[in-house]
Amino acid sequence: MSFLGKVWAIVVKDLAAELHTREMVSAMLVFSVLSLLIFSFALDLRGAMARAAAPGVLWATVAFAGTLGLSRSLTRERQTGCIDGLLLAPVDRSAIFFGKALGNLIFMAVVEIVLLPLFSALFDASLLRPGMLLVTALGMVGYATVGTLLASIAVNTRAREVMLPVLLLPLAIPLLIAAVQATSGLVEGASLGEVGGGLRLLVVYDLVVVAVSLLTFGYVVEE
Amino acid sequence: MGEKRGVLGLVLASAGAAALMAALGMVFLYAPREATMGDVQRIFYFHVASAWVGFFAFCVTFLAGIGYLVRGERRWDILALSSVEIGLTFITMTVITGALWARPVWGVYWTWEPRLTISAVQLLVYVAYQMLRASVESPERRARFAAVYGIVAFATVPLSWFAIRWWRTIHPDILTGGEGMAFTPRMSHTLVVSLLAFTLLYATLLRQRIRLERSSDALALLRARQPTN
Repeated sequence: MSFLGKVWAIVVKDLAAELHTREMVSAMLVFSVLSLLIFSFALDLRGAMARAAAPGVLWATVAFAGTLGLSRSLTRERQTGCIDGLLLAPVDRSAIFFGKALGNLIFMAVVEIVLLPLFSALFDASLLRPGMLLVTALGMVGYATVGTLLASIAVNTRAREVMLPVLLLPLAIPLLIAAVQATSGLVEGASLGEVGGGLRLLVVYDLVVVAVSLLTFGYVVEE
Repeated sequence: MGEKRGVLGLVLASAGAAALMAALGMVFLYAPREATMGDVQRIFYFHVASAWVGFFAFCVTFLAGIGYLVRGERRWDILALSSVEIGLTFITMTVITGALWARPVWGVYWTWEPRLTISAVQLLVYVAYQMLRASVESPERRARFAAVYGIVAFATVPLSWFAIRWWRTIHPDILTGGEGMAFTPRMSHTLVVSLLAFTLLYATLLRQRIRLERSSDALALLRARQPTN
């Protein structure tokens, strides 16, 4: 079995488990919609103000919903003992990591696919642009990668799920700043070239966290 | 061997104390009064020095984390945890002195100024690091997780810095001149002595914290050996 085959097998396993229960994606979706409503009430978002706040609210929602999904994804591995099975299997640790991260990325993408049109409608901000696809993809790759690494740590602590947001959110600050700035630019009608600063920062963040995660994941799961 | 180390510690502590006294004297007596900000600017010397020690301490934790993952020896973990505690203390001082300085100069305690913001972000990151340590029972696993988190955390620090700086900047830019403070040679001398004093203070504290952790390890070992009755 090739490396990619192994990664894909883990992704398929996660997708199958999720199709059975649908608990992760549905929880993330409902939470996202709730968060959207709460932000609208709390900040009284209407008209031009709603448009201005949309990128920030979108990424805050994605970040919080992401921690829910990431926690669940790794807690499930632990509860079912599946992670032990994976570690015993003759596969590279990096294949396990990529498989888990890719699975989490897919779940977050599903949520995002629902969120983007919803935001565009409710906040009267046109988020459905080709450039947004790139910004969203870059943002989610970084978030899912560092999130998968930290969730693997968090599920093995005493505080479990509570630990993940505390560990993850301070490290996600550069990613969120870059993503919000790039999204704001695009909403205001800037071209991809004009939001290049944000995009470059997202690319560098993604590269750094992928490299560091690959180097350290083995130490997280070793027993 | 033990005696030599004791002498070294004493020398380090004395040098640190002397340098701190010198820095304090220079801050108040040698450095000139800043033209636009007045005496409040004198907080700058200790503010910058504690920011430097905080950053340096987290860098040491990062390197110690790599050392631990490569070697798996307890001493690297002791170095990491000792340095983080000192770093947290100094970065907290940076944030507080920054707020105290901001109030008379900018009229508010808090501005989202890049260097102040990155200090606050680092404070949060390493508070999370400490919470992680507290939440893992097995000492070996705690060391491993902390090492990984220390590495990921430090790798994102420069990115946070660029992101925040790019986000907004109104800080007096002392290094490149720019707008802000006019920097005289006396001010540079005072800053250099402050940096030296705080670095010596860091070294002294680090040494003591490592000794404390070793003693507590030795005590735990003795307790474990002793039959319970």
